[in-house]
Amino acid sequence: MPQEPAITQSTAPAARPLLAVERLSKWYGAVQVLRDVCLEVATHERVVICGPSGSGKSTLLRCLNGLEPHQSGRIIVDGTELTGSASALDAVRREIGMVFQSFNLFPHMTALENCTLAPIWVRKMPPAEAEELACSYLARVRLSAHSHKYPGQLSGGEQQRVAIARALCMAPKIMLFDEPTSALDPEMTQEVLDIILGLADTGMTMICVTHEMGFARRAADRVVFMDHGAIVAQGTPEQMFDSPKSERLKAFLSQILQQPAQGRLG
Amino acid sequence: MAIDAPGVSPTVDRESGRFRRNVWLTWLLLFALLGVAFHGLHLDFSYVGQKLPFLLGLRLAPDGFIQGAALTILVTVCSMFFALLVALITALGRLSRNPVAFAIATFYASLFRGTPLMVQVLIIYLALPQVGVVLGAMTSGLIALSLNYGAYLAETIRSGVMAVPAGQREAARALALPRWVIAWKVVAPQALRLIIPPAGALFVSMLKDSSLVSLMGLWELNFLAQSYARATYHYMEMLIAAALIYWSMSIVFELIQFRLERRFGRGVISVGRH
Repeated sequence: MPQEPAITQSTAPAARPLLAVERLSKWYGAVQVLRDVCLEVATHERVVICGPSGSGKSTLLRCLNGLEPHQSGRIIVDGTELTGSASALDAVRREIGMVFQSFNLFPHMTALENCTLAPIWVRKMPPAEAEELACSYLARVRLSAHSHKYPGQLSGGEQQRVAIARALCMAPKIMLFDEPTSALDPEMTQEVLDIILGLADTGMTMICVTHEMGFARRAADRVVFMDHGAIVAQGTPEQMFDSPKSERLKAFLSQILQQPAQGRLG
Repeated sequence: MAIDAPGVSPTVDRESGRFRRNVWLTWLLLFALLGVAFHGLHLDFSYVGQKLPFLLGLRLAPDGFIQGAALTILVTVCSMFFALLVALITALGRLSRNPVAFAIATFYASLFRGTPLMVQVLIIYLALPQVGVVLGAMTSGLIALSLNYGAYLAETIRSGVMAVPAGQREAARALALPRWVIAWKVVAPQALRLIIPPAGALFVSMLKDSSLVSLMGLWELNFLAQSYARATYHYMEMLIAAALIYWSMSIVFELIQFRLERRFGRGVISVGRH
């Protein structure tokens, strides 16, 4: 069995944060979408980012592995600063796994092939070893029986679980989840959240953008609330949900609570 | 759970079996009708039988060069190869952020799509010697067909590549995959699925346009059929024979295209409807 990366890491508190974002700003043309965002994430820490749509939370996440360039500020991942250079990008992306809202599985590859692609071509793993690794992670997301199916033959929840396994196969130090359940119906949402919760329990460092407040309460060490491209408030789930201090956070929470069918504060 | 599982559900299999059988029956019926229609014309195909080895290119031309359908295939396959090469380079230029590469690619595509193939053939074969460039008939034909079809094919390739969702490249980049692996393993197979049907249509049309090389005195299928028709005054028979030979060659192309479509449709299309 391949080692599970999160468990094997030292449990002693890291001297420096695993991820540091310093005064990050980003513009799309003349529109500023991130304003002086500062964020530090320690090893094993689980951070949930929430906020209204258009608040910049997905953009922030996409900046962290260089899918979006930033214009000012610094992003340092495990000692490597994300500059424009290709080698820094490559180094950072090897350490960061990402799960997308729309899964983005490769449709022409089976679940197994989706998982072995990066270990073979990035980690230069022999194919047989990569397959063994992929099978162990597919088992962990409870999809062993589906490893030879194509994404088109899987349900949304199953596809997202394959996507999680695909990211884990690279043994990342940090996992980013960009609204991983927004495209799923409630039943499938739960099966995906269960997998992410299980991952959180193993000590994986993760940053998750989500509207699932019940999940945030259970999984998060810290909840970060963003609005208009800036971090407005942050704290433990209890501080944030039970006694919110920011007016904007209060307004956001009451709005979420008003969605009767979803009951997301649970 | 499983949606549109290719060839898994027995109902789909049975249905597709019936579908295929009815397709074949209808084809046979239409073919028979066509035969009956021509039968009514009281044609005499004995000349065709005599000339068939020449039409098919089983005999060499008097000058020792291949002729007939064999020449048609040679011209088409060679032009396909070079057209593909030219098209790939042009599509890269078309997708490039370099203004010079982009301009060269669009200029070439516009020029060769915007002028008739026949004019291109004549310029290359008849007009270039005037300025001192003398190219052989075969070379001229290949250059004209490759450049003309390359321009169309480039657009087909470009649209196929652009149609691959951005999320696919993003997911690949997030996995730290090197650029060439993203291009070769992620984008190309998905783009090919979209490129193959229109590219197949282009190649079938190239097969027929290859008859233009007869302008330069190459004895390809259409040229032979016409000259035998003129000699025997059996135009209808000779041209029908030529048409049937072209058609059979096209069908081979279509079958290859179908195979490729299935190969690159893995995981996406259900095979039930073929």
